[in-house]
Amino acid sequence: MGKLPMRARLATTLGGAAGTVSRLAGRGDGSVIGGVIGLRLEPDLLALLAVGRQIVLVTGTNGKTTTTRLITAALGALGQDVASNAFGANMEAGLAAALGKASDAPLAVLEVDERYLPAVIKATNPRVVTLLNLSRDQMDRAAEIWLVARRWREALAAATGCWVVANADDPLIAWAASGAEHVIWVAAGQHWHEDSWCCAECGSHLLRDELGWRCGECTFRRPSTRWVLDGDRVIDSAGRLSDLSLSLPGRANRSNAVVALAVSEVFGVDTAQALPRLRDVVSIAGRYTRLTRRGRTVRLLLAKNPAGWLEAFDVLDPPPAPVLLAVNAQVPDGKDTSWLWDVDYRVLRGRQVFVSGERRLDLAVRLEADLVDFDLVEGVDEAVDQVEGTSLDVIANYTAFQQIRVALGRAE
Amino acid sequence: MTAEVPRRRGAHARGASTLRLVWVYPDLLSTYGDRGNLLILQRRARLRGIEVEQVLVNADQAVPRQGDIYLLGGGEDLPQILAARRLRGDGGLRAVADRGAVIFAVCAGYQLLGTEFGGEEGQQVAGLEILDMRSGRGDRRGVGEILAEVNPALGLPRLTGFENHQGVTQRGRGGAPLAGVLTGVGNGDGTEGAWAGRVLGTYLHGPVLVRNPGLADLLLTWVAGRLPPLAGDAEQWTQQLRDQRLDAVAATAP
Repeated sequence: MGKLPMRARLATTLGGAAGTVSRLAGRGDGSVIGGVIGLRLEPDLLALLAVGRQIVLVTGTNGKTTTTRLITAALGALGQDVASNAFGANMEAGLAAALGKASDAPLAVLEVDERYLPAVIKATNPRVVTLLNLSRDQMDRAAEIWLVARRWREALAAATGCWVVANADDPLIAWAASGAEHVIWVAAGQHWHEDSWCCAECGSHLLRDELGWRCGECTFRRPSTRWVLDGDRVIDSAGRLSDLSLSLPGRANRSNAVVALAVSEVFGVDTAQALPRLRDVVSIAGRYTRLTRRGRTVRLLLAKNPAGWLEAFDVLDPPPAPVLLAVNAQVPDGKDTSWLWDVDYRVLRGRQVFVSGERRLDLAVRLEADLVDFDLVEGVDEAVDQVEGTSLDVIANYTAFQQIRVALGRAE
Repeated sequence: MTAEVPRRRGAHARGASTLRLVWVYPDLLSTYGDRGNLLILQRRARLRGIEVEQVLVNADQAVPRQGDIYLLGGGEDLPQILAARRLRGDGGLRAVADRGAVIFAVCAGYQLLGTEFGGEEGQQVAGLEILDMRSGRGDRRGVGEILAEVNPALGLPRLTGFENHQGVTQRGRGGAPLAGVLTGVGNGDGTEGAWAGRVLGTYLHGPVLVRNPGLADLLLTWVAGRLPPLAGDAEQWTQQLRDQRLDAVAATAP
């Protein structure tokens, strides 16, 4: 990496010191505050920190943190340092902090908030931009997704020389990516269709069949793909078939893994080198880990929006395995709980279902309308005590998830 | 204007045993849990022994003329413009409005019932002219919990919901407001929503019929006549949720 100008070096140093103080004070992992202070001293800090590095940006509604982790793991095969905002601090300050902390790393894999992607592309001149999926999420504070897709499309069309790795099965992603100069299309699957019934090009109804999707009226259709997720297997760009056999559960993570493999190939890391490294990833910031609590096994799943809940249901142990649902509506969760009505809970019928969180009454009314029996509980321990059987899966949204992690971290 | 129980119309009203709930363009207008309004109407009808048929009409299909209650949900700017264009071309919603069908529309769906609304660049887009009102783009988004006192002629308890829109709506002379705003933004002039005959529009989602069962029952009454109250255990969670939301807004009120 080239030499940073004095002002940027000062900004990273002071930012780093603030991060240390913040960590010692017990406020998060300290990565954001460092970046905030750094950016205040040097607004171009992110651009300056990016100079001379090969950067991968990862964005989408769901799977950002996991895919960032998987790509970072795969690029480890190159034997070089990789900078990454592994804890999901994905706005400008978090990115600056991640790069500032690893000032000698020639590679960086950065998860980016959907709204910030155009600005971050401009600032970092990335080698690869990874687009996973786009669906409704926390709409009281996020931009509308058709608008997000349009901004991405403009930014990617202007970003000449960069590679876009994009999920061809998500029509809105395909529309955003199709203006770019170089696209590597991945058949990563799409199970949530509620935000892509209509053509982003002309507004007509999209037709779907086993071959994919196409517009009924204009020429917009699913691009042909170089990488394919096929059940638990991947077909790579050379047409070779490999078993994924990940440690992370669920089809959403298999999608993330195939995207990670496609990105890795841009850097010369082939499937055979990358796959063992992807299989070594077992947990992402507390998600998917199995913990023991009062003699029972508890597994935590994070789901922040309707598409995320659909994927979380896919990971559940088969019925009648019990499940605890926990929902809050604090600022990071979105203060509007109407999205609960976009989730189809009927798949939970026949299970023992517990409901908790600050907005458990919203969940209660929602489950009642779907004829799903449930019990209200105060917290995770009350559910653990009432579980029939030996294990409990927990699906929670952002702050509810953090509260349960804290509760489980406490001594029994 | 009074809230007399109107004559029954539509499939159910003509003696058919099934109540037809028509959800118009869920592929374009379904953004803030709009399915909830459909599910709650279905639930509350079935608990009264009324059979329900859901009819979901996509934007490439014709709007059926034989429905009892037509629902329109929220949507982003571009889908809203597309929906308005297609509904004008289709003509079905206009026709059922003229014969007195019940129409309940939320947010973007509410706006497109008027004569015009503001597009993504603030341009004016032609609406369906079912309600005498016009909407434009305000200076900033109204986002948050909303509380409103219902037009006394409708005889309903306060409305609680969540709003998220940048619309400003002005009514003409041909309609009344649905409610007066106590907390929140609504139409932007202190009123919220619009009401004319059996057509209701509102900026409230939440979804609004979940948190306001009285409003859901009013729509059902317009089709099915007088309804018996629900048993207490069928209302307990709804009532607790409603109380919690009313308390939450009261706690933050200035």
